Amino acid sequence: MTETEATEQTKSLPLLRTEELQLNMGPQHPSTHGVLKVILTLEGERVVKAVPVMGYLHRGVEKLAETLTYNQFIPHTDRLDYVCAMYNNFAYVRAVEKLLGISVPERSEYLRTIVAEVQRIIGHLFWLGTQALDIGAMTVFFYTFRERELLLDFFEELCGARLTTSWYRVGGVERDIDAKMKEMLYKFCAEFPEKIDEYNSFLENNRIWIGRTKGIAVISAEDAINFGLSGPTLRGSGVDYDLRKVMPYGAYDKVEWSVPLGKNGDTYDRYWIRMEEMKESTKMVTQLLNQLPEGPYLADLPKIVLPPKSRVLTDMESMIYQFKMFAEGFKAPEGDIYCGTEAHKGELGFYIISNGGSKPYRLKIRAPSFIHMGAFDQMAKGYMIADVITIFGTYDIVMGECDR
Amino acid sequence: MKPADHHPIAEKVRVAFPSFYGAATLFRGDLSIHLQKEGLVKVCTLLRQDPELDFDYPVHISSADYPKEKERFEMIYEFFSIQKKHYVRLKTRLREDQCHIDSITSIWRGAEFMEREVYDMMGIRFNNHPDLRRILMPEDYPEGYPLRKDFPVQGRGWRDTFEFLES
Repeated sequence: MTETEATEQTKSLPLLRTEELQLNMGPQHPSTHGVLKVILTLEGERVVKAVPVMGYLHRGVEKLAETLTYNQFIPHTDRLDYVCAMYNNFAYVRAVEKLLGISVPERSEYLRTIVAEVQRIIGHLFWLGTQALDIGAMTVFFYTFRERELLLDFFEELCGARLTTSWYRVGGVERDIDAKMKEMLYKFCAEFPEKIDEYNSFLENNRIWIGRTKGIAVISAEDAINFGLSGPTLRGSGVDYDLRKVMPYGAYDKVEWSVPLGKNGDTYDRYWIRMEEMKESTKMVTQLLNQLPEGPYLADLPKIVLPPKSRVLTDMESMIYQFKMFAEGFKAPEGDIYCGTEAHKGELGFYIISNGGSKPYRLKIRAPSFIHMGAFDQMAKGYMIADVITIFGTYDIVMGECDR
Repeated sequence: MKPADHHPIAEKVRVAFPSFYGAATLFRGDLSIHLQKEGLVKVCTLLRQDPELDFDYPVHISSADYPKEKERFEMIYEFFSIQKKHYVRLKTRLREDQCHIDSITSIWRGAEFMEREVYDMMGIRFNNHPDLRRILMPEDYPEGYPLRKDFPVQGRGWRDTFEFLES
């Protein structure tokens, strides 16, 4: 049968009936990293519309915050983005410190920055492993989790917990690091760049990986800004916006590092940025450890910072402060502040309204995952149904933070 | 909290829209501008389009509840400029019997989800919003708006009917 004959034959057939198909993806889909449903409207395998349905993990953290003193809320921030508890702690205590108008000792700033960068590496390792797993490259997951384990061991040494750490305190940190922990980090930083090359060797020349990330979920710089995206998702589109550079906090202005920027705004660029950020973080940790100044790790503010336990047991005044701290907490001046921090997912911000009491009157969490979900429809439109999985991954979404 | 009517950003808003402008305050370096709710979209358009202000990045949209005050709800908008690197916070008050405000999704598309969250948590309606539905709570949630101050922390509704929970 020639081509013309075939066309003639098709013409004589009744028209094929086409209709849009609605498909529920989730909430139990393994790649949604938590519980998230997306209602997809499909035309064949193409996504016409994607409506995210969230809230399966909503625990009312913002409401709870209104009933807790400022210190009592720190463990709750661990459970926002449960993969990267340290950075949530950091963002929260920074906001409270801005509200109180206090600063922390220099050593404490360095320690905070070191641990925050270690947490960033953990976050990106976790992301890389799961993103590759979602796309179908299973091996990478085992390799990234091997290094993540080393860093979690460091956290365990540091504060006794691996995931829900609560190590940051208003006015400093809970505990100092010692020679053994320093050694652990130095050793890790020396070996890690090689490991990054190892991960790259699995992915860089992997045709499936390239095919499924290049040109997928493209978002222009203008749209990315307009949607309020942040972190690697924004920088993948080439927007130079990193709060660590724009408004340096901690000890970020004391070390040399650069902000990697993408060009195309696709999933591959965001992958590349995260790989580069891990290298930058490693560099930063080494420099910070070298420069680490001596001094106290907690601010000398008896009304805000808990006195050391040894003093509480022997000293009357410290005992009173300790009692007052646990009975009523410290009072914050009246006013409202917003403080954003560059977590590894994006800008994690806390907006606190204080009415002069020891509990926040209103506490609002600007969670990057939530805001990224707002751009989901825009980014998924026109791609194949299998790419929806890639898009979940490229945001590095964690539902604990998204639903709060 | 200090008055900041002469802050360049506040000055610009005040000169352009004297009838909508309320006051400006500065606290810990954060500038807040109080507005009449009718002027919100106009002021936001100015903030977005004026080349000197250039607020292109929506940071967050929040709300607060002051049940004892006449204008019970407060809407809080925070914007940032990636080029100019400055923040601004807009505040506007709403009465309980007129608790709706114009949506700013036509200026910042990211506002769509943020406004939905405010509607879900505080029950403030947005005019001209493309898809105003609950976002974190179930769509058929009957027990009200959780972040209002008169909503109990432990929740309300079917729990109250449990016989073993006395008092």
